[in-house]
Parts: sequence; C-alpha cells; structure tokens
Amino acid sequence: MKNLKKVLAVLLAMIMVIGLAACSSGGGGGDSSSETGSVYWLNFKPELDETAQQLAKMYTEKTGVAVKVVTAASGTYGQTLTSEMDKSAAPTLFVITNQSMVKEWGDYAMDLTGTAIANELNTDGFNLYDENGKLCSIGYCYECYGIIVNPDLIEAAGHSMDEITNFAGLKAVAEDIHARADELGFDAFSSSDMDGSSSWRFTGHMANLEYFYEERDDGGWSEQPASIKGTYMDNFKNLYDLCINNSLTAPTDLANGGHDAENEFKTGKAAFFVNGSWEYAAVSETIPNATMIPYYCGVAGEEKAGLNCGTENCWAVNDNASDADKQATIDFMVWLVSDPEAAGLMVEQLGVLPYKNAPASKNGFLADADRYNASGCYVMDWATNYQPNVDEYRAALVSALNKYNADQSAANWAEVVTAFVDGWAVQYQKANQ
Amino acid sequence: MDGKKKAGFFKNPLRRWSWLFMGPVCAAFAIGFVWPFIQGIYLSFCKFKLIRDAKFIGFGNYVSAFADETFKHAFWYTALFAIVSLVLINVLAFTIAYLLTQGLKRSNLYRTVFFMPNLIGGIVLGYIWSMIFDGILSHFNTSILLESKYGFWGLIILVCWQQIGYMMIIYIAGLQAVSEDMLEAAKIDGATKMQTLFKVTIPNVMPSITICTFLGLTNGFKLFDQNLALTAGQPFIIQPDGSNIKTTEMLALNIYNTFYNSSSGSQGTAQAKAVIFFILVAGLGLLQLAYTRKREVQQ
Repeated sequence: MKNLKKVLAVLLAMIMVIGLAACSSGGGGGDSSSETGSVYWLNFKPELDETAQQLAKMYTEKTGVAVKVVTAASGTYGQTLTSEMDKSAAPTLFVITNQSMVKEWGDYAMDLTGTAIANELNTDGFNLYDENGKLCSIGYCYECYGIIVNPDLIEAAGHSMDEITNFAGLKAVAEDIHARADELGFDAFSSSDMDGSSSWRFTGHMANLEYFYEERDDGGWSEQPASIKGTYMDNFKNLYDLCINNSLTAPTDLANGGHDAENEFKTGKAAFFVNGSWEYAAVSETIPNATMIPYYCGVAGEEKAGLNCGTENCWAVNDNASDADKQATIDFMVWLVSDPEAAGLMVEQLGVLPYKNAPASKNGFLADADRYNASGCYVMDWATNYQPNVDEYRAALVSALNKYNADQSAANWAEVVTAFVDGWAVQYQKANQ
Repeated sequence: MDGKKKAGFFKNPLRRWSWLFMGPVCAAFAIGFVWPFIQGIYLSFCKFKLIRDAKFIGFGNYVSAFADETFKHAFWYTALFAIVSLVLINVLAFTIAYLLTQGLKRSNLYRTVFFMPNLIGGIVLGYIWSMIFDGILSHFNTSILLESKYGFWGLIILVCWQQIGYMMIIYIAGLQAVSEDMLEAAKIDGATKMQTLFKVTIPNVMPSITICTFLGLTNGFKLFDQNLALTAGQPFIIQPDGSNIKTTEMLALNIYNTFYNSSSGSQGTAQAKAVIFFILVAGLGLLQLAYTRKREVQQ
C-alpha cells in the first residue's frame, strides 16, 4: 500500500514535469534542417493561403527543404509580423508592402540586389528601396483595382458600356438604374460596408484617386509627402456619393457591415462593385464577361484614365536569418516564380507575376488594364501606398465616413476632409518623430 | 491504521516530495508570469521595434505616455466605465442571487441560465451584441458606432449580461453560508425582511462582496476584447488639426493601439503605459480589498 502510493506520487509528478517540458520544447524544433536551411514564409494575403500551403507541400516533397507558411488574419499582418520577428525561429520570407513599411522594417530586410530572384524580375517597377538605395523588397505580383461592372445588367437596363467614359456617363447610368431598381430587379452599386473587412476598398483604394491626381500635379512623388493638399477631395466625394447613394444598402446601414458585396455582385443583384483584380477568380465563376472600369470622378481629361495598377505584394528576406536559410528562401522564391506548375498556381491566384519565366495571366481585369494602357490611357499608380501610419490614418477616416454616411451634411463632409487631409500630416508627424 | 501512524505516513513523504508537486507550478509561474513581467518593466525604459534590439533610453517613454492626450481620455473613460459597471453588476447579481435563494421553484435552472453567458468569449460576445444593438438602432437610422453614449451603454449592457451570472454564483455561495440560526433569531426578535437583509445577511456576506467588487473593479479596468469587438474606439472626434480622439477607447485598447502603430518608438511608450496601467489596477485593487475587508464580520 505504502509503496503503491509512493509510486503513484512519483508517477504523477513525472507526468507533470514531462508535460511542462513538452510545452516548452514545442517551439524549438527544426534544428535538423539547419544545414540545408529552411523557409518560413509569413504571408499577408488570406486569399493566397490555400495555394501557399499547397506550394509549400509541393516544394518540400520535391526538394526535401522544410517550408512553413503562416498567413496573418485579415488586417492583422502588422501585429503578426511584429510578434513573429521576435521569435528565435523568425520568418525568413515576409512582406514589406509600401514605403512606410520600408521605414519600419527595412533594417531587417536583406539587400536583394543581384540575387537570383532579383535577376528573374522583368521589371524594376514594383521594387521598394530604402533611402540608401538598398533593395528591401521586390514585387511578386501586380494588381489593379477600379470599378467592376456587369455589362449584362447595364444592357438589361437599356444602357451600353459605351456611355460610361467619364463621371457624367457613370452617374447617369448608375442613377437611372438605382431609380428603377424595383422594376429592374437589381441595383447600381453593391454595398459599401465600413467594417474592417470592406472599408479598405474606400479608405485605401478609392482614396487613391485623390492622391494620384495630386501626385500627378506635383510631378510624381518619390517619397512619402509630409502633407497633402486635398485638391481633388470634391472628385473623391463625387464618386463616393454616387456609390453610397445608388446602392442596394442605405448609407445609414453601412457602419457595422454585414453585407456581402462580392456575393451581391456575383448573384446579379448589383451592376457595379468597387474592388480589384484579385476578385476575378470569384467573380468570373458566375459573370465571365465582368469587366473593370477606372475611377471616373469628374477630373478633366479622365476619358483617358486607366485602372489603378500597382502592388502591395513585395517580398523581403529576413537579414537576421542564417545564410543557409536565406539561400533556401531565395531558392524557394525562384522556384515559385519560374517552375511551370508552381508559377502557374501563383498566376492563377495572384494575377500577373512580373518575372521572366512566369506564365501569362488569364485574369480578365488585368487584361482590361492592359487594354487601357494599349489605347494610350494613363495608369493611375498606387499613390495610396504612401499613406502614413496606415492603420491609424484609415481608422479615423472610417469614423468620419460613418458619420457622413449617417447624415450627409456639409459639416460632416468637412470632417472627412479634415481626417483625409490634415490627418495625413498628423500621422506623418507621428510616424517620423 | 490508527491516527498517529496515518499522520506519520503522510507527513514525511509529503515534505520530502513537495518540491516535485510545487516545482512545475512555480516554474510555470516564473516562466509565464514573473520573467515576462520583469522584462516588461525593463522594456518600458527602452526604445525597440523587436525585443532583442531594445535600447535603454531612461524615462522618455513615461514622459510621452503621460503627455499623450488619448491615454488620459482612455483613463477617465475607463474609470467611469469601471465604476458604473461595478455598481450595476454587483447590485443586480446580488439581487438575483437573493431571489434565487428564497426557495424559488426551478431555481437551479435559473442559476444555470444566468451563468451561461459567462461561458462565451469576449470577442464573440462583442460581435454578437454589435449586431443586436445595430439591429435595433438601425430603425432609428443610427448605429452604435456613431454615438459615444451608445458605445458606452452598449458595453455596460454587454458586460452586465456576461458577468452578472458569474458574480451571482459567488453571492449564492455566500448567502447559503449565512447561518439559519441567526436569521431565525432575527425573525424572533421581530426584525423586518429589510432589516434582516441589511443588518444580518449583508454583513455576513461581506467576504463575497469583497471578492465580487474586487473582480468587478479589475475586470472593468482590464476590459479589452469586448471593447475591441463592439466599437474599437469609434466614434472618433476629428480635431480641427487632423488628430483624433477615440471616444470609446479604454485603457487596454489604447495600449494595444499604441503598441501596434507604426510610429517610431511607440512600442516603448505602449510598454510604459502598460506598467502605469499595472500599478493603477494593482493599487486600486489593493485599496478596495483593504476597505471592504474591514467591513467583514468575523464569526
């Protein structure tokens, strides 16, 4: 009896100790592959997660190199990166999206100049450099955004796509559809929700029209401006008002979201959908002839406008990783953009890959972008990438827009302008103290 | 086995092996709590992006934490919230507990029902309640994100709904421990129901009140998930200079937002805020414990 209890006691204690030891050793694995190097890819695009996991598996099966892919939940990439980079097994491959992130994370990025992956590129257009000219991150895909249109619905409403060549044309069509929505069975714009899963379409993308035209007046921005003038705020208001006032959802119902704009468009309930080329795969399932038009907003000469083209998808390699890991990571990147099968999957998911050996894209919206370019239209580049202290800046804009959506008074619009224009300078100050 | 032999049987092995049982817990506590806590205090004196690159800068972070208007706003907002929620939760929890110990039919069923909200996590609750509130407010063409007062009372309703059941269980345990003899004696002496409640029952459940007010106060100050999910600080007041005040942002969310904003040095400031926050919550908690302990009746 006495012995039994003793044995039991020791056994229980052992279990506790072993349990604890097991917990603490969980994170430290992976030493075995230190000679060949391993890859840890911190992906920031939830849409890409499934493909990325599949690609990692394929690469490991083929080469034996361990590849771990972690995808940050939508809107939490910054937080995830901050905590992951502090771990002993930090990401070897991560994403530096824009110039303001270069300031934050450039020190942790390896200079990619002359590396095998840099040599695969067919353009320097999407690369990000720090102030000393170090190549911190390189574009791995290229996207465009604008207004996605269902041409069938436009025709069903008795209009034609040819009418929409500027803001006046877009306004006439959209307002007519909205006025006859009950009779037609569909509305003009899909919902413009202001919750976190959708507000970026406006505070990030549509806002770009203001930044872009201002940038063009300035003769191009080469670095983040300390302040903006808001010259084109009225044009932003034109398009924004059109969007919220001619929609399936009343502007007062947008604050908390909950409307699935993509689904509204896909199921033919709305003719217009403000979004980007990454939606092509989903949208073309039901509307194969969906097309994308520029942000027409009433700027002189906008008949010659093209789509908003650029990228936030830029890879950086962790400079603190071991040499073996860096090499393994670069090998993996090269494989992703040059192996026919892997690059094919990437193209299918992401659109155009700006690499010499990558297959051509079948993305219809990017084809639209090319069509505009070919016909001599100007590309609206992603000036929005210069937004300072992005999350804070956009959060204030969302709050101001919520107030405006509920009551479209001049005073409330003035607050939107303050958040948009003065907010830029405030956040720039904060980020560059 | 006689008593003496039994005592000896347990005593020695327990003493000899106690480290084996206490060790894992102490180690876990040290690894998971004490060490990060010390490191956190150190980091509040540093400028850093990643912890391993921390550079010591002295009191600079504390200076910028105290100079931050949004931190002050969050403090007063949190204090107001903590007091209102503390009073409401405790009064309501005690009332329900009192009613459920009066020999009501199916009182076990009610106890279970009242306790259930406590099993749902904060983030989920926040999103569910934001839908409920907006479902109602949309009839009036407004939203919980548009008016600070809706955000405030919305959060109060949410935490009351969540925490009343938990506090109720503690009060029920306290009420059941009040001796029947005392209650009977009060009755014989001719005390009214009210007199019995205030002169006999409440002084005897003071230990429960101590623990519930402590939990209520610290929960109120530490509230984070529900705040993030329900309003995330909205609506903001956009100041004429372009800066903004997040009207429904509480302390913990303010610290979080400071930490993850891309301003240089904001991580250190957030860390300093967190240390101030700890001192504040610990201090208030201890003060309140000392105050209510004095009022406990020793039997």
